[in-house]
Amino acid sequence: MLHLINKSPFERNALDSCLRLAQDSHAVLLFEDAVVAAMDGSAQAECLQEAMNRLSVYVLGPDLEARGLPKERIVEGLEVIDYDRFVALTCEHDTTQSWL
Amino acid sequence: MKFGIVVNEGPYQHQASDSAYQFARAALAAGHEIFRVFFYHDGVNNGTRLTVPPQDDRNIVERWSELATENELDLVLCVAAAQRRGLLDEGEAQRNGKDADNIAPGFRISGLGQLIEAAVQSDRLVTFGD
Repeated sequence: MLHLINKSPFERNALDSCLRLAQDSHAVLLFEDAVVAAMDGSAQAECLQEAMNRLSVYVLGPDLEARGLPKERIVEGLEVIDYDRFVALTCEHDTTQSWL
Repeated sequence: MKFGIVVNEGPYQHQASDSAYQFARAALAAGHEIFRVFFYHDGVNNGTRLTVPPQDDRNIVERWSELATENELDLVLCVAAAQRRGLLDEGEAQRNGKDADNIAPGFRISGLGQLIEAAVQSDRLVTFGD
């Protein structure tokens, strides 16, 4: 399953809930306002790093850029992707869950 | 692969419609098919041809219309959501005694069954919203 997170973790707890419930081998994509969760040194960073031991976590590059957030300062090991890869991820996973 | 896309938010208010559009373009560019884009809740506001955004801003409605024309996409507005928000095609305007319609080219108005069908017929259903 591919989990789509579009909420800032400082606004709503969608990411927390998702990381708690996602099963091993699932993937998580941070896009729209959720890209702020990718920044290293934030309150979420540790949580995200721990989740990456069992889940693949991606962040949408264009949404980082749109918010002026530099790729150089994201959590280590996070993969920055574009829309083409976003589409490919939805193909690789049987189902897609939007955490709205 | 066959995609169904759901858009639950209006233009210029939330990024959902922009994200869905970029996703749709990338999917088509990769050779995938888009079975249907279903606009639900405030998402129906993406289908009015009367928007006039500033010239230096993206025209979200026109962009959807063009993508639909170029790729023969099926853009569907939920009828109940559309009626509540003043989105009408010619038939709906007549039926409800209104003096004008405002649906943009490439869009059509239909029922929730179209969303269910999109979910059944598509290999993947991706929802964009708030």
